[in-house]
Amino acid sequence: MTMMTGAEIVIRCLQEEKVEYVFGYPGGAVLHIYDALFKQDQIKHVLVRHEQAAVHAADGLARSSNKVGVALVTSGPGATNAVTGIATAYMDSVPVVIISGQVPNDYIGQDAFQECDTVGITRPCVKHNFLVNDVHKLAVTLKKAFYIASSGRPGPVVVDIPKDVTAARCRFEYPGTIQMRSYNPVIKGHLGQIKKAVHLLLEAKRPMIYSGGGVILSDGAEPLTRLTRRLGFPITNTLMGLGAYPGTDSQFLGMPGMHGTVEANLAMQHCDVLLAVGARFDDRVIGNPDNFASLPRKVIHIDVDPSSISKRVRVDVPIVGNVPDVLEEMIRLLAAGNAHPDPEALADWWKQIEEWRGKQCLRYRHRKSVIMPQYVIEKLYEVTGGQAIVTSDVGQHQMWAAQYYKFEQPRRWLNSGGLGTMGVGLPYAMGAALQNPDRQVVCVTGEGSIQMCIQELSTAKQFRLPIKIINLNNRYLGMVRQWQEMFYGSRYSESYMDSLPDFVKLAEAYGHVGIRVERPEDVEGALRKAFVEHRDDLVFIDFITDQKANVFPMVAAGKGLADMILTEDL
Amino acid sequence: MRHIISILLENEAGALSRVAGLFSARAYNIETLTVAPTEDLSLSRLTIVTSGTDAVIEQITKQLNKLIDVIKVVDLSEAAHIERELMLIKVRATGKDREELKRLADIFRGHIIDVTESTYVIELTASGAKLDSFIQAIDSGLILETVRTGTCGIGRGERILKV
Repeated sequence: MTMMTGAEIVIRCLQEEKVEYVFGYPGGAVLHIYDALFKQDQIKHVLVRHEQAAVHAADGLARSSNKVGVALVTSGPGATNAVTGIATAYMDSVPVVIISGQVPNDYIGQDAFQECDTVGITRPCVKHNFLVNDVHKLAVTLKKAFYIASSGRPGPVVVDIPKDVTAARCRFEYPGTIQMRSYNPVIKGHLGQIKKAVHLLLEAKRPMIYSGGGVILSDGAEPLTRLTRRLGFPITNTLMGLGAYPGTDSQFLGMPGMHGTVEANLAMQHCDVLLAVGARFDDRVIGNPDNFASLPRKVIHIDVDPSSISKRVRVDVPIVGNVPDVLEEMIRLLAAGNAHPDPEALADWWKQIEEWRGKQCLRYRHRKSVIMPQYVIEKLYEVTGGQAIVTSDVGQHQMWAAQYYKFEQPRRWLNSGGLGTMGVGLPYAMGAALQNPDRQVVCVTGEGSIQMCIQELSTAKQFRLPIKIINLNNRYLGMVRQWQEMFYGSRYSESYMDSLPDFVKLAEAYGHVGIRVERPEDVEGALRKAFVEHRDDLVFIDFITDQKANVFPMVAAGKGLADMILTEDL
Repeated sequence: MRHIISILLENEAGALSRVAGLFSARAYNIETLTVAPTEDLSLSRLTIVTSGTDAVIEQITKQLNKLIDVIKVVDLSEAAHIERELMLIKVRATGKDREELKRLADIFRGHIIDVTESTYVIELTASGAKLDSFIQAIDSGLILETVRTGTCGIGRGERILKV
């Protein structure tokens, strides 16, 4: 065994973990690590323009695959800039390892240049974090970091490394496996509970399946789809769970929640047995929990994280376990018993659901002279054949993308559902494009969100990422404006975006292609131009859209799921 | 409802702040918190007295178990257990109060561990509630200073919290 520096050990560990891309930004405390990076060619480093984007891009790479994303930042401002990215990954349980430089051990606590308490600052928004004060602990700590980030309920792990540790030498030994007495995530669901759940599902008169991001993260979409088809039950996927069940299938009721469909929300509210899979009943999904609890229903909840169960909604049959394993067990039990749900009750339930579906809650009025944002997404869906990886930022455009783009496959829809971070769209697209070079990657955004990480147009140029940016430009912070219109007497306080840049020129200034589209009849042509003629370029399409378009249906904050506001002009 | 939660955790830098941070981040209540290494120096034992509905206590237990440094969590108050807290209380002890305070300390099975012409320091070990009643029992004007450790607890009989 050879002696290696801490910096070399860091790089070797990343190689051992088969890391292909590291997103980062150099600085004083990580200079040794960057020097070690320079001396090898196995790991490719992607130089972002702001550390927030490094973590978002690593997070986007992880969301679009089943790999752990890796970001590398320096101490102090490097680490604090990364915090938004870390919190975003934490809220959506995405496996990311963030390596941060720290001032040398004997400077810690001295208010040294570019010092901050990274472990302290990130503690509430990581699955776990480490300060490695001894080079002998470096390899095993990095092994633990990857193991913790990717097992159980995944999440970000920060490894903070003082500069002297990256210079110190020791023998390198990478552990093959890791045992931690304090961390043993549950894998197998309890068979008795699974039997109870299957029994309940077969007895149900008005069953409903509600699946969330946990199904995507655990690669459980395939068994979920098989189970749902086998049972013939209606299913809804949350914002984080879109693509777990094919969006064009007749059993799919659309997304539930604040901007969910009428059929999904009413079926959630009125079902008698609800099977929740890798979902957490959050406030944007069920609205007011007291209202949700006011109707009797039995709830089965499968989740790898026990603390997600019975947190906001009381659960009758909790099943702690890895989602795909539990679903396979359910399918096996159904097949073994040759059991089927009550066909008559199910037919009546579907009749009711079709009636709700008949309201066609996602209809909107087309306008001749103005581009409707929903129309852009519909055309985007057509032009990409529904096959693109779509990232979004946060706001109205995010909801429209979720409502009008039908996701057929998991890991094709990347957005910040939990933290709701504006600015993720472009870096997510960068991570996804690097990880999936053969797939079209689209970033649906707005003129507010895109400006929060606009500097990454430069990174995208450097790495020749042919991302298509769909900017739904309504000159408003649209979701803020919508709330102000509905709940604040149309007092549009600070929600108008004045002095916007010329996005076409901006795109061109960064070396990309910019297109402005102002008329509905030009939407499809512009998209085709971007996806066909400029297939290998980053194209920024600035769609000047209707300023007053709102997202419907809408369940106002604190209201019950059945209390939906439908589109006003239909 | 009041609960006493006992936690075995890795005796590592920052482990205590993970537990304390969890309580403040999720707006759980901490009445008292005590922590010290066990006979196995790689382990710390932490006792938290908290209160909340059954649903809140269930969440506290689950969230604590989720912390990577936490090895075991037990709600001691679920079954037979013993709880103790240590208090040092400095009182003004002059004239006839000296005799009265001595008598009161005896009744509560306390010890006077520091004596000057005008003060006593009384040491008292009991349940938190018992310490409260001692404070109630003496004239509040005589109390100069109190310091309490917070509750620690242990299960009765064969109920053992170990790795």
